Amino acid sequence: MSDQITNILLVGVGGQGILLASEILSEAAMLAGFDVKKSEIHGMSQRGGSVVSHVRYGSEVFSPIVPEGEGDILFGFELMETARSLPLLRTGATVVANDLQISPPSVLMGQEVYPEGLARRIGEQFADFLLVDGQKLAADAGNVRAANTVLLGAISKRLTIAEEFWLAALKKMVPVKALEINVCAFQMGRAL
Amino acid sequence: MKEILSGNEAIARGAYEAGCLVASAYPGTPSTEILENAIKYPEIDCSWSPNEKVALEVAIGASFGGGRALCTMKHVGVNVAADPLFTLSYTGVRGGLVLVAADDPEMHSSQNEQDSRNYARFAKVPMLEPADSRECKEFTRLAFELSEQYDTPVMLRSSTRISHGKSIVELGERVTDLPTPVLTKNPAKLVMLPGNARVRHPLVEQSLTNLSAAASSLPFNRVELRDTSIGIITAGICYQYVREVLPNASTLKLGLVHPLPHQLIRDFAAQVDVLYVVEELDPFIEDQVKAMGIAASGKNITSLCGELTPGRLRSAFNLPLTVSAPPEKLPGRPPNMCPGCPHRGVFYALNQLKAYVTGDIGCYTLGFMPPLSAMDTCVCMGASIGMATGVTKVVSAEEKKKVVAVIGDSTFLHTGINGLMDMVYNNSPATVIILDNSITAMTGRQDNPASGFTLSDSPTTALNIPLLCTALGVKHVRVINPLDLNETRKAIAEEMERSEPSVIITNKPCVLIKRDEVFTKGPVYRVDPDECIGCRACLKIGCPAIEWRPAAGGGKKGKAAIDPQLCTGCDVCRQLCGFNAIGSVK
Repeated sequence: MSDQITNILLVGVGGQGILLASEILSEAAMLAGFDVKKSEIHGMSQRGGSVVSHVRYGSEVFSPIVPEGEGDILFGFELMETARSLPLLRTGATVVANDLQISPPSVLMGQEVYPEGLARRIGEQFADFLLVDGQKLAADAGNVRAANTVLLGAISKRLTIAEEFWLAALKKMVPVKALEINVCAFQMGRAL
Repeated sequence: MKEILSGNEAIARGAYEAGCLVASAYPGTPSTEILENAIKYPEIDCSWSPNEKVALEVAIGASFGGGRALCTMKHVGVNVAADPLFTLSYTGVRGGLVLVAADDPEMHSSQNEQDSRNYARFAKVPMLEPADSRECKEFTRLAFELSEQYDTPVMLRSSTRISHGKSIVELGERVTDLPTPVLTKNPAKLVMLPGNARVRHPLVEQSLTNLSAAASSLPFNRVELRDTSIGIITAGICYQYVREVLPNASTLKLGLVHPLPHQLIRDFAAQVDVLYVVEELDPFIEDQVKAMGIAASGKNITSLCGELTPGRLRSAFNLPLTVSAPPEKLPGRPPNMCPGCPHRGVFYALNQLKAYVTGDIGCYTLGFMPPLSAMDTCVCMGASIGMATGVTKVVSAEEKKKVVAVIGDSTFLHTGINGLMDMVYNNSPATVIILDNSITAMTGRQDNPASGFTLSDSPTTALNIPLLCTALGVKHVRVINPLDLNETRKAIAEEMERSEPSVIITNKPCVLIKRDEVFTKGPVYRVDPDECIGCRACLKIGCPAIEWRPAAGGGKKGKAAIDPQLCTGCDVCRQLCGFNAIGSVK
């Protein structure tokens, strides 16, 4: 059963807009005719903690959380959180990560150091690894806050959901005044 | 029409479709969004209550008046609402009454992981447990119907994975053929004096027996026969994990987890070779199945603690787990108070004053985290004040002075008031700090009786906390600016010395409040690298906007820097700097 299911993880830091990105992804999957389930933990995550959002789609989805070791695609908004979630992936999974470091409290206070060489090590473990400068591309698109949409564009090409459904989902989920910039950011991510 | 809804959104939708007229709640993760979505339907009168007991009493009144009523809370909220609940099962209802209890296995955002199913049995109330958003909506509708049909409140048990999980739901129409509420007196049913209650109790027992019998043939309890070598009784989110991990096993999926459908369980058990019960937390179903004389197992392979996951269930059934990448040891990322949070300076002062802090439930519980590290107890909503009084009863005169209770505005109004009443009544020498940030912040900024707004965002009378404290008999009530470190420290030190009850109230709002006039961001601050000597004093408040930048070449030297994107200009770090290295950007 689960070989027909696409298992996606969106991870990062509270406040990065991960929940909105996973909403858009889920909406696009539903519009494309799939069964969809999604799960995440809110609550404490609003205060800058780690956020992991699970999205699964296919003909019939049971568990809303991605079974351990079966993640197909990891979509990381921050490097250390990307590395933290690698154990959820299957061998040969795809990793798309934003080239961004956000220091946790222990690093801000100088008690620990932010791990070096994370991107290189992720690339060594997962051959299908794309590192994206989401901030820069979003700035080029007109708003640095659209970095998520750049990343969404980057993974959209790797999923079996046609472009029209992505655009319809963006139109439904993104406020009208921000739509044009987000569609532009999405297309830039898609071109990567 | 199809929509992707969270369990909470679907429960709100179900209440709407069921013709619900009143919804009441106290916010609590993971239940909060039910009311925040129910308010989108103008047909439902939705309100935040000061606590779960009042919320349930509001719903009871609406039901007794003849309307359908929904009441929602997190699992521990049911402890607060338990008093009315246990007698409500005796009175029964007029309009259908549904109580949603949202459990939090794994304690993602809770202080315990009590299993609410025990309440259903204890309070003698039927309980439905949905397994996805579609069932959240359907079971909510059904719960209202069962409530009226069996003359009983009905509980709906959710959990974090159900409430905050999303799946596809087919929307329906609102029922329109319900009777118009009108006052009807029926004291024999609604006045629970001993004489009346003795008549009601046998009816409650009979009603549960009738429902148990009927439940064997009702569609929400469902047998799915596949390979009969393994049979699994399960409910709620666990059903999804069973289907994921053991797709060929036969299942008895229970929609009603109390009372159990005994005949259906016997029939299912007879059809399978080996019977398991898969459930999170307590062996609620398993124990009852065993008590029926049926051989079953479950808790010998799954834990009494935490939530299940597909991987944990695989391990329970000795199925292989593949690991692609081993976990790496990385710095943790715990939640933190926001930049500019008005609580930070208070906890810094408490740390400096070496206070013994009895804590409470809210964002400020994060004052426990280093580097503030200024919370010594945290048990339940409102407990800080009573605990402070209790501690002072047993320690030496010198140690009594160190005891400070810390509680937020919403938690104070929830169940802290009674503790303060007791403090005054019994002359406790402890000090209470009410961290009034004008909102119920931790659960996502809900209004409360002191915030001046209702759930529908309408202006209302704002409860005056200082006057309330004075009215309770506190002689020493002072309001301070928590962003002024000297004032804060001085006030706390003085009140700790005092041998009478005293209350300090902070007066700065949460930085996340959306109303513009409440919080205004000041000029952003920066660290002058020429003046910073790298003493790390500013790091002691743990502000996420302040970063330690080690000097080139490593070692202990370095300088602080402020992220202008995160800084709110609260000024607290500047007051900590002894070298005038921090100032606002002109």
